[in-house]
Amino acid sequence: MTTEPVPEALRVEGVAKRFGALTALREVNLHVNRGEVLGLLGDNGAGKSTLIKVICGFHQPDAGRILVNGAEVTLRSVDHARSLGIDTVYQDLALVNELSVYHNMFLNREHRIGPLLNNRLMRRLAAQHLSDMGVNIPDVTVEAAKLSGGQRQAIAVARTVYSDARILLLDEPLAAMGAKEGALILDLIGDLKSRGDLAIIIIAHNYAHALQVCDRINILQHGRITFDKPTAETSVAELTDLVIAEYRSNRNRAREKA
Amino acid sequence: MTEVATAAETAARPRPAVDLAKRVLDAFLRRREASVLVVAIGLVVYFQASTPIFLTTDNLRNIAQATAPTAIVAVGIVFLLVSGEIDVSVGMVAALAPYLLHYAIDFYSVPAIPAILLALLISATIGLVNGLITTRLKVPSFVTTLGMFYLLYGVLLTTSKAYPVPIPKPVKGDLQTWLGAGDWATLIWCLFIVAIFHIVLTRTRWGLHTISVGGNLLGATEAGIRANRIKVGNFMLVSVLGALAGIMEAFRINSIDPNIGGGTRITFTAIAAAVIGGTALAGGSGTVIGALLGMFVLAMLQNGFNLIGISAYPFFLIQGAAILISMIANQYLSRLRRTGRS
Repeated sequence: MTTEPVPEALRVEGVAKRFGALTALREVNLHVNRGEVLGLLGDNGAGKSTLIKVICGFHQPDAGRILVNGAEVTLRSVDHARSLGIDTVYQDLALVNELSVYHNMFLNREHRIGPLLNNRLMRRLAAQHLSDMGVNIPDVTVEAAKLSGGQRQAIAVARTVYSDARILLLDEPLAAMGAKEGALILDLIGDLKSRGDLAIIIIAHNYAHALQVCDRINILQHGRITFDKPTAETSVAELTDLVIAEYRSNRNRAREKA
Repeated sequence: MTEVATAAETAARPRPAVDLAKRVLDAFLRRREASVLVVAIGLVVYFQASTPIFLTTDNLRNIAQATAPTAIVAVGIVFLLVSGEIDVSVGMVAALAPYLLHYAIDFYSVPAIPAILLALLISATIGLVNGLITTRLKVPSFVTTLGMFYLLYGVLLTTSKAYPVPIPKPVKGDLQTWLGAGDWATLIWCLFIVAIFHIVLTRTRWGLHTISVGGNLLGATEAGIRANRIKVGNFMLVSVLGALAGIMEAFRINSIDPNIGGGTRITFTAIAAAVIGGTALAGGSGTVIGALLGMFVLAMLQNGFNLIGISAYPFFLIQGAAILISMIANQYLSRLRRTGRS
């Protein structure tokens, strides 16, 4: 099971999703391999968050199919998707400020002795796992509230990987982050990529960030993937032009109507 | 030469004893219970200096009996507040529970211990209803439990005709003594419950998840915690503890009285104790031991004022100021904790 012959971790084929009169996703085709980082770009309202919620099992698609490790699956719920190794990290939602780093690391997966928490074991495992992943947290007993945005994000990612997630969706991992903090996360993603067994989808607004860390870029526009190129073959200029061209054509269409 | 080096070393490093004292003080000040413990000790010293009766066994028993039932309710309130909800109906559960006991025994001939368990079970159901209305129907818990307060008040008055009744015969004797009438019974129960639930809050999954749900509802749900289940469970906990406190209070005063808990008094005093003890109304943080200390402070204030002969009127003035000051101090301290060295 672990040594799958298929390099493809996730494939989305012809997925559509409507909410009443609103069509959020028309026909989305997308795939990501193990050891690959896919950047998913698109303006607000393009359907990014709907697509993410379909992949993580929150929404069920109206049409199309989803394949995990080459096998078709019907994702019934977030828990079900998680059991298949698909997990999402949301930037600000992940950690509980009032809890220590190690309690956050093991939230809802606590080690226990009888009814009591095995804090000593969790402290040790959390410290070890974080240092294995190159996340530098001097003391895992500090409250999450005391950490910087980058550290919090790193812990959230580390927690997800620790819970055996193999298809990782990172929602805006670099938003509202300083240069140093951003570098911390970029390094972490680089390390995860070099492990080779993780497929990572990064949802991003910032093209420069996406190009820095992703192997391939997809752009989602009006519920379709309209662009799919390896990072090496594109540039910030090309991506920007694409989006601006789309904006202009929309505006012209609106004018013609008027 | 070695002497110089040693001297330089000692100068550079604070002496171990001083260092340790500083660390202990620092750790103490960062505990949420710290400020209220200081106030409690201060009050003991002040009242004992003012009147030698304060620390006599008889008076300590008075303080214990004034503290215990409300502190038991406050334990439940802490859990509920930490999980991000509130219950203002618990005082009415405390008043109703002894009547449930009386109805079961005197009208339906249920034996004593099953009758007590039945009263606790019905109270748990009241908590369940509070929890379900709040979590499933999305009614804010203040409003849910306000409605429940009046509902239970109506049930209590219509079924009891507002008449007090004697303690049913089958529970008289050992049971009544152990469950409240004994001199220190309520305090022993209270300390036992505080100890158990302190461990539950700080050392178990339930406690961790209660903090998570109150601290970051979305994040806790993302981690797969069933937030509604945690909240409903805590609503049930408050109700059961309220019922237990009400039954024990009835046994102590040797009468089942519709005024047990004084309507909203026991509820508000329990909330005040929790807040003075360092529990945040916004959820996510709180301590059971702090609530117990908070309740001791309130009970000592009332008792001490009586002994000194200060009129009872300014008591509420002080209680109000205590709530405000402790909340302001908590805001300040939590900011200090968050930004300060760890």
